[in-house]
Amino acid sequence: MTTTVPASTVQPAPASRKTGLGRIGLYVLLVIAALFFLLPIYLLVATALKTPDAINLATTWQWPRALNWASFADAWAKIGGNVGNSLFLAVVSTILAAFLGSLNGYALSKWQFRGANILFALMLFGMFIPYQAVLIPLFQFVKSLGLYGSIWGLILAHVVYGLPITTLIFRNYYAEVPDALVEAATIDGAGFWSIYRQVILPLSVPAFVVVVIWEFTQVWNEFLFAATLTNTTSQPVTYALSQLAGGQAVSWNLPMAGAILAALPTLLVYILLGRYFVRGLLAGSVKG
Amino acid sequence: MLVLLPSILLLAVFVYGFIGRTVYVSLTDWGNDPAQALATNPIIRWVGLANYQDLFTGFLQLRFRQELVNTIFFTLFFILGCLGLGLGLALILDRNPKGEGLWRTIFLFPMSLSFIVTGTIWRWMLQPQGGLNQFPTVLGLPAGSFGWLSSTGAIWKFDWNKLPLLTAGVVALVLVWVAVRAARAGDRTRTIVAGLCAALLLGWALFVGPNVKLLPAPEPHGFNLALIGIILAAVWQMSGYTMALYLAGLRGIPEELREAARVDGANDFGMYRHVIFPLLAPITLSAMIILGHISLKIFDLVYAMAGPDNTYTSVPALNMYLTSFRQNQFALGAAIGTILLILVAFVIVPYLSSAFRGEEGHA
Repeated sequence: MTTTVPASTVQPAPASRKTGLGRIGLYVLLVIAALFFLLPIYLLVATALKTPDAINLATTWQWPRALNWASFADAWAKIGGNVGNSLFLAVVSTILAAFLGSLNGYALSKWQFRGANILFALMLFGMFIPYQAVLIPLFQFVKSLGLYGSIWGLILAHVVYGLPITTLIFRNYYAEVPDALVEAATIDGAGFWSIYRQVILPLSVPAFVVVVIWEFTQVWNEFLFAATLTNTTSQPVTYALSQLAGGQAVSWNLPMAGAILAALPTLLVYILLGRYFVRGLLAGSVKG
Repeated sequence: MLVLLPSILLLAVFVYGFIGRTVYVSLTDWGNDPAQALATNPIIRWVGLANYQDLFTGFLQLRFRQELVNTIFFTLFFILGCLGLGLGLALILDRNPKGEGLWRTIFLFPMSLSFIVTGTIWRWMLQPQGGLNQFPTVLGLPAGSFGWLSSTGAIWKFDWNKLPLLTAGVVALVLVWVAVRAARAGDRTRTIVAGLCAALLLGWALFVGPNVKLLPAPEPHGFNLALIGIILAAVWQMSGYTMALYLAGLRGIPEELREAARVDGANDFGMYRHVIFPLLAPITLSAMIILGHISLKIFDLVYAMAGPDNTYTSVPALNMYLTSFRQNQFALGAAIGTILLILVAFVIVPYLSSAFRGEEGHA
């Protein structure tokens, strides 16, 4: 297998620590880079905490004199329901896509059959297509099922188009599981399903963690399906936020507070479980 | 395999079936007559390639042509920015600074945000009289005045009428390069085929090309300066990804290789130049392909930053959504979707097929 990047290698290499001017330059560069990544967040939080009349283009960068937490309550009143929608959507789609992906990955890696690789490549192509190329038929299909405007149509889309990446991650994970385990179980008379339940599934916890985190983030952050397949009552938070921020008259503390609400769940997942997030990230780019 | 059947069926319908349906719709006139667009049983006529012709040469589709140009420039600078910044950060982190985990967390966190959140934040950062333009005043300098998202200026303009000529020229040069390489490798058939095609194209470009006119009047398109702001935000969000890739790659290089290079008398620079960078080349290629396909599809960031109606910064992916679901011009939208698919397929199909060919040879 032509794996470009073994995910397990993201860990400190044996250090050859040097001291001196070079090291100081290194830290200066790191601080500058960190500022580039963190300043937008500073501005986000500072603006969200200002009162509307304290927001002034000329004083954008000043920390608010008095903290105004009301923006969060206002933003929650406008998009809180959409956060709920996103949560339901992301949890249900993730569970379904993860379970199906695990079955697919198991079948593709442990029950090799002719054409399995071609089949897998054809599956993976679904991961890369621009959804604009399937959007019109998808819209028609969801509509004809009577699911347009309901969250279930969106769940359907996310499960189907999430399958390639979840299958990929599970297949790569199961490829590392020794075939001998499966063979031994076969000799003991176990079939496809009992091997899956008794051998594969108990081993899969780490892969499930990676897939769940990655898929949850993807579904939560998605915008195109959200904008196309739903209407006001079932819109996920990304679309609601774009509407909140798109208006010209709104003062900026509101969309900034809304952006924090929309970002917090995935950000927390990333901060608490970043290791698994990165593994999903690398898996998505690694060839078969 | 019975277990795979549901997934295979789903993907066959939702990916390949729907693509086929989109291509079919793009060859009809569905939605060109607004009265028919949302009818229960719309009258749909087959019009062949008329929608495509309209997009590339129609008077009203100027926006789409600017978007194609935008998407090419966006992809180019987005990839360069992410690769450069990502490699730089990875090289720094590879020298084991203290608190590496914390730095990595800082550089990667934008990846967990949605493009809508990123776009909302950066839209505020790039307000004409605020944000980044006010930033110099914190250091006691005068405020900037660059129209990050509102500029209508463009550089590197060219006339759309010259597009066939330019394309033929570029393709011919690539073919010449292929022919020269094949000649060096001693592959005679390939040399002759590539050389002949190049000669044909060059001949066409010299004698026929200058007289081809796609449009009645010159139509300049170029790299719109307002895109710089959007590229900046996109690089902010995605360069952590290239950093993670490169860092994983650097950590995968065995220490013995570096030691061996040092023993051979290479200094740090020489070691990177001759040992480490060549080993990172496959990662660069993977990253370029992944970033390239993300960039061709990007539209939520543009939607959130410049709004859907800013034609100067728009991209085809955004136009497809607006054309299909705001104007209900489904056939035209399907044509844009198909063009996007072709662009992405150019990037992805060789990648997937080479990955799997390599694998089967290995197995």
